[in-house]
Amino acid sequence: MTATLSLFVALFAELFPNGISHYAIGGLFVGLGVAVIYLGTGTAAGASTFLESTLSYGSSLSRFQQYRPSRDWRIVFTVGIVIGAAIYAVTVSPQDGLWTTDVQWWRLFVGGVLIGIGTRVGKGCTSGHGVCGVGSVSSASFVGVATFLFIAIGTAQLIQAVGVSP
Amino acid sequence: MSPEHDQHPLFLPLVFVGGLLFGFGLGFSHMAQPEVVLSFLQFTDFGLLFVMFGAAIVTGITFFGVKQFRSRAPLTGAVYERRLKSLDKNVVIGGGIFGIGWGLSGICPGAAYASLGIGNVPILYGIAGMFVGAYIQGFWRSARTERNTPATTAD
Repeated sequence: MTATLSLFVALFAELFPNGISHYAIGGLFVGLGVAVIYLGTGTAAGASTFLESTLSYGSSLSRFQQYRPSRDWRIVFTVGIVIGAAIYAVTVSPQDGLWTTDVQWWRLFVGGVLIGIGTRVGKGCTSGHGVCGVGSVSSASFVGVATFLFIAIGTAQLIQAVGVSP
Repeated sequence: MSPEHDQHPLFLPLVFVGGLLFGFGLGFSHMAQPEVVLSFLQFTDFGLLFVMFGAAIVTGITFFGVKQFRSRAPLTGAVYERRLKSLDKNVVIGGGIFGIGWGLSGICPGAAYASLGIGNVPILYGIAGMFVGAYIQGFWRSARTERNTPATTAD
């Protein structure tokens, strides 16, 4: 019994070297943000439609015009996300709150381009499919999440294997 | 949703509060840090699972629970519906392209916006890339739609 327990504890420490509390609590806040908007408006807000809806201000392409009715509130939502994270940075962890990333700029940019294409073709991102869609028990979202998780794991492992770091 | 719904005085404030909670959560969960996301994808820390599924459980309870009490949202009059998209090959193709980008960079749209709020200026390369990508697919799909009338209204 004790051996089983210590094996479990060791495995847990192996899988979650940074613990789980900040992950779980952060996730609950993310879900709460979606829930508040849904309860008030009936809209399941994802983060990626902002990209296309904002492009409708500067582009007359037909693809973007369908988002005109929602483009104003999507900007408010995104500004809220930026400020919400800033509040976290200055309140909860002011000592290690401000940081930048060491991931190279070309990885961020090229990754961003692929994300911009993929999330729009694939009808959602980690929040749209991963949070709102999974919460809706949507088969399209389960397929979307399984696809991007599997491919992202393969890509990240490959990048690591060929020695690109950070 | 039509624009006149935006005129409810509490509509934009509520969306803003939702964004605040969402961004605070992404900061708190460390998902705004690309290195943490990459550590999940490289199997050294599985904490991301708690973020995504923790959030999905909260939204799931909300989406299914609210229908027991109300049928329409107070600020818009919209019927409470789940987020259901049609399942077709675009979900797999787009998910695959998204996955390559996510695995390469460790960022995703919501986490990238949050990262900016934490002061991560290099993330602007990623956000700029996302707009370029969204424009590329919009350009391509708009051109294709104009060639193939009647236009499809998918997603």
